[in-house]
This record gives sequence, C-alpha cells and structure tokens, in this order.
Amino acid sequence: MAIKRFSKRIFDDIKGIKISEANAGVLGISLIKFVTLFVFILYFLVFLKIFVEGFSVISWEFLTASPKNNMTEGGIGPAIFGTLSVVTLMILFAVPIGVFAAIYINEYAKSNFIIRLVKISVNNLAGVPSIVIGLFGLGFFVLFIGKNIDELLQTGLLLGKPAMLWAAATLAVLVLPTIIVTTTEALEAVPKEQRAASYGLGASRWQTIKSIVLPQARPGILTGIILAISRGAGETAPILFLGCAFFLPDLPIVKLNFGLFAIPMINPADQFMYLSYHIFILATQSSNPTLTIPIQYGTTLVLMFLTFTLNITAVVLRYRFRKQLNAMRSY
Amino acid sequence: MKEVKIKVRNLSLYFNYIQALNDVSIDIYSKKVTAIIGPSGCGKTSFLRSLNRMNELINGFRFTGEIQIDNTNIYDKEIDVVNLRKLVGMVFQKSNLFPKSIYDNLVFAPKLHGMKDDSQINEIIEETCKKAAIWDEIKDRLNENALNLSAGQQQRLCIARSLTVKPDILLMDEPASALDPTSTSKIEELIYELKKNYTILLVTHNMQQAARISDHTAFFYVGQLVEYEKTTKMFTNPTNQQTEDYITGRFG
Repeated sequence: MAIKRFSKRIFDDIKGIKISEANAGVLGISLIKFVTLFVFILYFLVFLKIFVEGFSVISWEFLTASPKNNMTEGGIGPAIFGTLSVVTLMILFAVPIGVFAAIYINEYAKSNFIIRLVKISVNNLAGVPSIVIGLFGLGFFVLFIGKNIDELLQTGLLLGKPAMLWAAATLAVLVLPTIIVTTTEALEAVPKEQRAASYGLGASRWQTIKSIVLPQARPGILTGIILAISRGAGETAPILFLGCAFFLPDLPIVKLNFGLFAIPMINPADQFMYLSYHIFILATQSSNPTLTIPIQYGTTLVLMFLTFTLNITAVVLRYRFRKQLNAMRSY
Repeated sequence: MKEVKIKVRNLSLYFNYIQALNDVSIDIYSKKVTAIIGPSGCGKTSFLRSLNRMNELINGFRFTGEIQIDNTNIYDKEIDVVNLRKLVGMVFQKSNLFPKSIYDNLVFAPKLHGMKDDSQINEIIEETCKKAAIWDEIKDRLNENALNLSAGQQQRLCIARSLTVKPDILLMDEPASALDPTSTSKIEELIYELKKNYTILLVTHNMQQAARISDHTAFFYVGQLVEYEKTTKMFTNPTNQQTEDYITGRFG
C-alpha cells in the first residue's frame, strides 16, 4: 500500500503523467524488482568473470608456491600464509579485548555519562576510514610502543619497525567495534528471565555470565568474530605501512630452539605478504601488469572464497542463534 | 500455632525517584501459603523480590525499613546473598528454564553450590522432582531439552529447580498466570502439597486462586498494605471497603 501511494506521488511529480494509484503501484513495484534484479545480475556477472578466469589458474602449486619470474609466474603461497598468520594474531588481540569490553559494558557498567561516551566512541570507531587506522597503527604501535620496547630491552631494531605483530594489532583496532557491537547484541539478546532464574538460584553475577549468559550468546559472539576475520582478511589500507611486503623470499617463520629440537613458529617481528595487498601490487606495481592478470584473478578468487565462506558461516550461525532464541521465547 | 517466618517492618522501596512500596509492615507465617493480591503496579512483585534481594540488581534501587527472616535482618552487611537466595527460592511468572537438558536445569544449582557427588545430586533431583509432582513425567527423558516440555510441565520443572537449593521459603510470582486451567489446577495442588514443608508467598491476579489455596491474604494497593487477614475472613467479610471492592471485581 505504502509503495503504491509513494509511487503515485513520484509519478504525479513528473509533470504531464496522469496515472491511477493501482497502475502507479504496478509500475513502482516493477521498478523495484528491476533494480533488484539488475544489482543481482551485475553481482553475478562480476563473480562469474572472476570464477571462470580464476579457476583455470588455481592448482595445488598456485596455492602453495612462491611467486616467480618477476611475479608473472608461480603461486601465492606466502600471501595465503601471511594472511592466515596476521588474521590469527589479530583475533588473539581483538577477541579477548572486544568480548570482555562488551561483557563489561553490558553486564557490569552502570549506565552513566562515561559509559554512554564509550558506546558512542565504539560506534564511531567503526566509521573511521581504514587508512586512518593504518596511520594510527604506524604512529602508535610501531613508532611509540615498538620503539620504546626496543629502547627498554636494548634489542636494537626488533619491534620498532613495521612488522606482522603491529599489522595484526592495527587490524584488531579496525575490527574491535564489530566484535564489541555483535557481542553486545548477543548478550542483550539473552532474555532477562534467564538471568533472573540464575540469580534466583543463588548464582553470583560472574557465575550467571559464565554459565548462563555466555553459552547462550556464544553463537552470536562467534558470528561477530567470523565477520571480523572476514573483514580483516579483506582489508588492505590499514596494513600498507605496517610490514606488508611486495615479495619475500622466505616465509616469516622463526625456529625456536629447545636444545635438541626446534619448533617453527610465526615470527611476529617479521614482514609478511598479504592476499589483498598482493592483488594491489600485481595490478599496479609489478614490472609487467598484463602478464600477471591470470594470477590476479586467481588471487582474487582465493580471497573471495575465503571471505565468502566466512560470511556464509556467519549467516548460518546467526540463523541458528535466532532460531534457538525464538524457541526460548515461544512459551 | 502460628510461627512468624518473615517479619517486615516499615518497608519502603524506591526505584530512582519512584516509590514502589510505602511503609509496609507484615508478618508472614511459617508453612502457610500467603497470597498477595492487588491491581497491577501496586508493588506486589517488588515486595516479593525484596525478600530475596533480587531488587538490588536493578539500577537505582533504594529501600528503608527492615526485613527479618528467622529473626535475622537479611539486609545486614554480613548476610551472604548466595545463602539468602538458597534459603528463599523463587518461581517466576513465565517459565525460565535454561535452554539445556532437563537434567542440566536441575543440577545447575547443586553444582553451583559446590556439590560434587553424583549419587547425592541424583538423590536431590529425584526428591525435588517428586515434591514438584513431575518426576513420573520426566524421569525417562532427563537428557531431553527442557524446552520440549509442555508449558505446564516447564513451570512445574521450574518449581522443582527452585527446590533443588533446599529453600525454606518459596516466592511465587503469578506462577500459573500463563497456563491453561488443567496445568493451573496441577500447580495449585502442588502448592497445597508444598506448604507442608515450605513457607509460600504467592502473588496472584486470580481471586479464586487466592481464595482456594492460601491461608492468609494480603491486599496491596498503590504501594500500601491495605489489609492482611486470614483468607477465609478476607473473602467473606473484609474490613476495608477498598478490599471488598477489589475482590468483588468492582475495580482493579
């Protein structure tokens, strides 16, 4: 109904067209259908192009090998490795801080001026352009924290330079609002009655959070974490200044020696390659961008596959979460 | 012989600047059912929740006056809220079982309070479920999700769960208001049975229910205790005009 009336108003505004409300409705709805279809087709074509072009390049070798011959041949193994490493580190930073912040805001803090300010800031943080976050990371993590640690520990230049650790920390800042907001929503979605039941049985606040609220909010929190991973894996701008490398001959791995044996570990002080950044340099910085086009498609497909799978997992989880909550409210 | 279990003196409750209860003094008798009636927003639930200090969880809660259970001031600094809530169980208007198995719902409180011996826990579960008249219905499906039970069963399971902490007092906040007549009568029978062992406070909107199962009735109106009498007296010959108007359905 609203659409019909709205459409008629629009058509009435166009001078000279006299149209009944019913016809206006049909036209309006067709227009909406057309636009929707158009967006879908556009999206589908882009995806199809990437899939067809990219799929022919993908092979085991492509996924594991290093780039060769001025980036025109070889694979993207180091970029995948770098992406996974950075994202893992990012999650280690962002999840504890984000989840505990949300728990504090939602369960412990009394609603006063400062807490309202914090909530507004969290939402604003989500809107900060990622390049600004990147510059912040360079200034704060590398030049301030890293440099000072180096000076304190007299290690020479170890952490006071762009490195995986700081890239992960910066990405953590970027995804922190996502995690805080989704966790807050998940916590809020747990019915008040559930908490009352737990308190009524003599549970303390923390016991209630730990054994009643968190288990029920877990799918919601997990959704937020997955969305954060997907966002972090797809970002380029924040890590531009933070140790993202054009090409690295070796993987950023350090062997920890324990006398008889050595355990290989991600080296957080090292530089790294990154999928999204790899696409960028192949397209703009390589000596022969046209020759790298198949690799660009392949890399794009891998990155899209990664983020898509994560997003779909998040959607499925959220669906399940809602179903569970609805079951709880049906009585 | 009437033994006073809960002694409330000059209790006033405030939420921020709103006064929910005004200078209420009342004695609740041991092993009796005390019905609390009154129109919505008269402070019944707030009164109930002040007896196990659940109001404290709400921002802006203040109170004046004193509440004694077994001659101990429950708002004393030395009182452990956990122990108080073990002593004073609560059943809510809508069933609020945890979305876990029936068994997990029942073991939540015993485990929380540090019980580890499985056979001891199972004993408690069986005992409380029998008391709550639900054991026969659930004994073969303890591992099923509690939310699969019917609404009436869920509410009786809630009662069973609140008994697992071995309380003396049971606060019931309209426990049957969301149920069909059959389930309601089951709950009423249950309350009648339970009063042998427990002191029960029952908030209800249902006059017949109050008349049927309670020994004493307290009528609250806009935060004040208007009348507190034996149920038989209250429903046949109330002293106060307001009480009469309310229980005969002239307002409220």
